[in-house]
Amino acid sequence: MRESFYRWRKIKSGLVSALCLLCAVLVIAPLGLVFFHLLREGASAVNWSFFTNLPKPVGEIGGGMANAIVGTFELLGIAALIGVPTGVLGGVYLAEYGSVRVNWLLRFICDILNGVPSIIWGIVVYGLIVVPVKSFSALAGGVALGFIMIPLIVRMSEEVLLLVPNGYREAALALGIARWKMTLHIVLKTALKGLVTGVLLALARVAGETAPLLFTAFGNRFWNHNLHDPIAALPLQIFAYAISPYDDWHRQAWAGALVLVSMTFLVNVAVRFLTRSRSAALAK
Amino acid sequence: MITATASIPESAQERMVAPSRFGDVIFRWLTLVMAFSVLVLVILVGWQLWRNSSLAIHKFGFHFLNTSKWDPVAEEFGALPFIYGTLISSLIALVIAVPLSIATAVFLTELAPMWIRQPLVSLIEMLAAIPSVILGLWGVFVMVPFLRLAVFPWLKKTLGFLPLFTGPIYGVSMLAGGIIVAIMILPIITSVSREILRSVPDLQREAAYGLGATRWEVTRIAVLSYAKNGLFGAVVLGLGRALGETMAVTMVIGNTPQIVASLFAPGYTLASVIANEFTEATTDVYLSALFEVGLVLFGVTIAVNLIAQLLVKTFVNTSAGAVQ
Amino acid sequence: MKNVMEHESTISADTAALHAMTDAEQSPAIAFEVNDLSVWYGQKQTIFNTTIDIPAQSVTAIIGPSGCGKSTFLRCLNRMHELVPTARHEGSIRLFGEDLYAPKIDPCVVRRRIGMVFQKSNPFPTMSIAENVIVGLRLNGVRDRAYLDERMEKALRMAALWDEVKNDLNRPGISLSGGQQQRLCIARAVAVEPEIILMDEPCSALDPIATAKVEELIYELKKQYTIVIVTHNMQQAGRCSDYTAFFYLGRLIEFAKTEKIFTNPSQKQTEDYITGRFG
Repeated sequence: MRESFYRWRKIKSGLVSALCLLCAVLVIAPLGLVFFHLLREGASAVNWSFFTNLPKPVGEIGGGMANAIVGTFELLGIAALIGVPTGVLGGVYLAEYGSVRVNWLLRFICDILNGVPSIIWGIVVYGLIVVPVKSFSALAGGVALGFIMIPLIVRMSEEVLLLVPNGYREAALALGIARWKMTLHIVLKTALKGLVTGVLLALARVAGETAPLLFTAFGNRFWNHNLHDPIAALPLQIFAYAISPYDDWHRQAWAGALVLVSMTFLVNVAVRFLTRSRSAALAK
Repeated sequence: MITATASIPESAQERMVAPSRFGDVIFRWLTLVMAFSVLVLVILVGWQLWRNSSLAIHKFGFHFLNTSKWDPVAEEFGALPFIYGTLISSLIALVIAVPLSIATAVFLTELAPMWIRQPLVSLIEMLAAIPSVILGLWGVFVMVPFLRLAVFPWLKKTLGFLPLFTGPIYGVSMLAGGIIVAIMILPIITSVSREILRSVPDLQREAAYGLGATRWEVTRIAVLSYAKNGLFGAVVLGLGRALGETMAVTMVIGNTPQIVASLFAPGYTLASVIANEFTEATTDVYLSALFEVGLVLFGVTIAVNLIAQLLVKTFVNTSAGAVQ
Repeated sequence: MKNVMEHESTISADTAALHAMTDAEQSPAIAFEVNDLSVWYGQKQTIFNTTIDIPAQSVTAIIGPSGCGKSTFLRCLNRMHELVPTARHEGSIRLFGEDLYAPKIDPCVVRRRIGMVFQKSNPFPTMSIAENVIVGLRLNGVRDRAYLDERMEKALRMAALWDEVKNDLNRPGISLSGGQQQRLCIARAVAVEPEIILMDEPCSALDPIATAKVEELIYELKKQYTIVIVTHNMQQAGRCSDYTAFFYLGRLIEFAKTEKIFTNPSQKQTEDYITGRFG
């Protein structure tokens, strides 16, 4: 009796384990499905002209997203100019100077900001830049992405800087080196690899953002390298083509999606590789 | 005993430049300003949304939130259908995502063999890295046709007696929106739940094992009941993300401002109405109404995130304290 | 018992005068005059009313059981304890007559004059051996390349490391062995030509052979520097120090010539500790 009850408990435990495994598989399933369809639908449309040509008008077959790919990088450049110095120096404050209470507050605000829907950043920057300047612009799009990056990078860089052992700070200060020089030349330099990793991850994350660009960068069918004019971006172009009624544009959307996903995943994989060797070095 | 350095006219000490407090003060202030920029950002967002929506707030007052007429031509704006759509799609997403995510987190921390854990975690992180617009693309061209042709007819046949599963089937629908949001919030709920479960002190588990409990009993009695507040926090955090999901939802929910019981019918959310109509808003009142939609969305997500962060942080701190 | 030479110190604040005196082989001059020092971390007092005069051009060992405040005391000597935000002190510390805590004194200047070597060797991981040695000069504004190279070689020679690394100066500092790393840290401290070198248990992480090398080095450095070394290893204190201070529970119990402390201590607690009856 007792024996069989115990056996039943063991079986139940096994059943629940199997159920949890099933759930894990279901969680991963969309990843596999999305990848499968991206490759099936998109691979055929990714060719040389996709990377070199401008979008063709409706009805003409072919064309590419060259301007959108370059535009995405331009937007990321502006975003990095805003987000990286602000975020890293903010992280320096948290890691090197802040008091327990102030740090708690600032971290809390960062976590809250990271939960703000990205579309909100779009309309805020619209009100902040597009309305006064009276034009959608690359600058506005970059600023929106930069704002999203700031809290991400503050949190990341604080974490990375706290990994730098205190012994290095003490050794530098004991040489009579001023604190700010110690922070710049010793702490930031020691943490450089981790910081670069974090910045790349943040860039990969905002590279796929569409909602904040809808009313800021706006999109553009042509080349634009002027900060004050609308600019194309890969996610915007994917969105525009996906909701269009034309089959050829749908194919282009899949191709764009494949390129965008490949870029973000490449960064993610590269970063994982970097962090692995970093944590191995620190463990040593 | 003259020191070896005495032969050099200038000692190293003399060659070094006099330290100045100046650099330290400037650098400290610089980093302080940068750190507090996040506070400035919060204020900036609130102020922009408030200022730009003042026209609509003035004109419609509280009725903005409880009327359901959205008529740009007549300049009458009520956000109720969007609030309804946001809540229902998020609710559907939670119903689907919470059990799956928590079970996955339990599997990852308690049940799975060690070698499988890290690869699984990496895969979940990859899912989180898929941009919303790409999931939307997949939703429109793969998921929605599949739902329309296979899943929805079956649901209608078997559960059609419920008002939730009645009416014509278009494919794009509240249910499709809910499912796509569920996919988007799976990774965040899973990874936060995993962190919560990992912060449960091992003492809890050992005590239960000591009583001869099976693996699942240990998980249920010692881990899950201990961690339930933290897990609730993870769920609320997922809700916060669900409420603000924009692109993917916009692409599959149908974008029709209506309040109907059927989940097969198209709906509309706060975020997707902004995404769709913002650039078409030709009049000041229309634009202002959309800003007010943004303000509502911002207010709700801030409140939900605040609660979630407090729940999660309190849990992680107290259980970390319990270890020491 | 406090200090054997307390009344012999007739030194002016002028460093040059001091050098003249020591050169003339007079009785040892005083480097640190610590007067009634008490230190708190937050609410907790870790040093109680300590008065001690540490002689120049010699090695002073600070011994005592762990938690007795010997590390805190050492860190007060170059104002490193100030890095803990809750730290607070009373009393005065003078270096060759000059108040180290005077309001107009920058702690950076104090730390340039008083170098420090830590328990765990900590060469900067991003820098080569050469860069590690000259980093103190470089980040303190010395740009003259030839001078930096000259100091680098001199410091490495002084740390008895030159012959081992002269062909690998561009290798990372952390590629050296543990004992070499610690000597690299000594070279780094020596490169800025401090007057004093503080060592906080410099050998506790080293194997016996590396320890012997560092001790030999301490013996050499003593010719030019005042060295204060914290150690929990009494044999080490006996081997390489001229004077020994025994701390217990945050109080200075006894300070005397090392032979006297180890052969004929005047305090019962010191004797108990030396003979291994507690601690």
